[in-house]
Amino acid sequence: MSFSVTEPTKGTKWFAGLLVITYAIITLVPLLWIIATGFKSPTDSIAYPPVVLFEPTLEGYVNLFTDRTRATDDMLEAAGPPETWYDEIARSRGTIISGPSRYGERFLNSVIIGFGSTFLCMVLGTAAAYAFSRFRVPLKDDLLFFILSTRMMPPIAVAIPIFLMFRNLGLNDTHLGMILLYTAVNLSLSVWLLKGFIDEIPMEYEEAALIDGYTRFQAFYKVVLPQAATGIASTAIFCLIFAWNEYAFAVLLTSGTAQTAPPFIPNIIGVNGKDWPAVAAGATIFLVPVMVFTVLLRKHLLRGITFGAVRK
Amino acid sequence: MTSSPIQKAAQVTPDGVARKIRGLSDRTIAWIFVAPTIFLLLAVNIFPLIWTIRLSFTNFRVNRPNNAVEWVGLRNYERILNDPDIWNTMQATAHFLLWTIALQVIIGFFLAFLINKKFKGNDMWTTIIVFPMMLSPAVVGNFWTFLYQPQIGLFNYVIAFFTGVDPASFSMIGDVHLAPWAIIIADTWMWTPFVMLICLAGLRSIPDSIYEAAECDRASKWRQFWTITIPMALPFLMLAVLFRGIENFKMFDLVVQLTGGGPGNTTTLTSIDLKREAFEKWRTGYSSAYAVILFVTVFGLASIYVKALNKVKER
Repeated sequence: MSFSVTEPTKGTKWFAGLLVITYAIITLVPLLWIIATGFKSPTDSIAYPPVVLFEPTLEGYVNLFTDRTRATDDMLEAAGPPETWYDEIARSRGTIISGPSRYGERFLNSVIIGFGSTFLCMVLGTAAAYAFSRFRVPLKDDLLFFILSTRMMPPIAVAIPIFLMFRNLGLNDTHLGMILLYTAVNLSLSVWLLKGFIDEIPMEYEEAALIDGYTRFQAFYKVVLPQAATGIASTAIFCLIFAWNEYAFAVLLTSGTAQTAPPFIPNIIGVNGKDWPAVAAGATIFLVPVMVFTVLLRKHLLRGITFGAVRK
Repeated sequence: MTSSPIQKAAQVTPDGVARKIRGLSDRTIAWIFVAPTIFLLLAVNIFPLIWTIRLSFTNFRVNRPNNAVEWVGLRNYERILNDPDIWNTMQATAHFLLWTIALQVIIGFFLAFLINKKFKGNDMWTTIIVFPMMLSPAVVGNFWTFLYQPQIGLFNYVIAFFTGVDPASFSMIGDVHLAPWAIIIADTWMWTPFVMLICLAGLRSIPDSIYEAAECDRASKWRQFWTITIPMALPFLMLAVLFRGIENFKMFDLVVQLTGGGPGNTTTLTSIDLKREAFEKWRTGYSSAYAVILFVTVFGLASIYVKALNKVKER
């Protein structure tokens, strides 16, 4: 083994590791608490002192996905024996399931709007990034800065005219409207990130393709795109996560048909007021996919969050 | 003009085919590729911004579309700048900005410094630490209200456990003095990893050879830290501050779910105040002027800051 003066000693490493792991565990507690609360019964969820070991139940998840009405003993008897396991959980609380809740719809809206805007954003963003990377576009730097500066505006500041504009166009509370809006919000990110990725692909490949008789379009499509695949994929995940998490526009511009999950989850109420296990269950289902994506993205995280300003 | 057979052939070739043979000019392709993006940004960002500026000179109210819209000149701006409530809001925002940035820079840099010691498994732990910042601030913020509940909340329980005070005796989001700290704690929990990642990149960009040279010169570790590590990581730190500054100036989702701006107006940050004016009181003209002032402030501060950042980078 070679000796290096800059290599930290074993003791230093051990100590640094200990501190970092301690921080990581502390920072994880709120997240683990969300997941755990989703499996608690209402009594356990508000117990004092807070309980760490408890008997897990799916009541929170049942409450999340169903609407229930309080029932008297007579009504419970008249309804006959419970037919399914979720019926049984609801009955044990003296309630009858009256139908599915709106959570499924809201979650689906998040999926539709998230993927729709990501797709559109990638199509537009890749094309623009390619042009900015390879061609002499007049006023290039100004345009690039303009694209970035659209991110500096507080969403609330532009929400009023967008609200008015969407109302005139009939886009308020529609999937299409939200997809277009989120696409515009994410475009700055995708153009800047993708330009960085495309800049890294040597120009020689395309030149060779052009000499071989490819048109520009073919060279873009058959040479550049495959090489930028990882960059495009990680940019897409970033756009997806941003659209998925967005709250300000969603709460101001949607209420019924196109409402996404973030404005919905905090307002989940049970029969007896705020139903924390159901809220936690809804949050868990909503947050866990993002954590999985974060693990997939780990190599490009830094680039994504700094708009490509910092590359590793 | 006499024409060669080639030119003749070119003349009779239909335009479409000719273009296929020649291919579009690079300039045309560039415009085809860039135009949709610029168009969408103009439609969804710039057009509304111009509209906001126009509305800011009127007394228009969205909820009373039938009222005559009057041109009021700069009156909205005058009223905002003379409104003591706005200055309270600005103060709350400044307090929030200052403390979140300070805490996140200190903790984030320290964490990055430790992670850069390259202990076993540091990659995995870095990814775990990053989780909070990738999640939906609204959903997480809402759950923090649960952690902050007096008596039953986990946060209060932990504080009580370590300090011995009664967990029911204080309410992080109900108390005028504690609420500003409640949002600072939640924001710091969420965004410290962001600063950490950028600092880590900064630390990793410092070549080993510089430390080796310093070691040969018998510079102490402490001196190395202040004369090598800090100055070389400074541009990255400043970049992190820029990003966090802009983001937290716009802060809405996390705080609106946590405290809703209360109690009183103690955590009413500018975005929350703006939302109230625009979507609860429906003073559209007034809130448009407010939005313009905010935008000019962010843009102005960011430009000055970027200039300073570039100077540091040049050194």
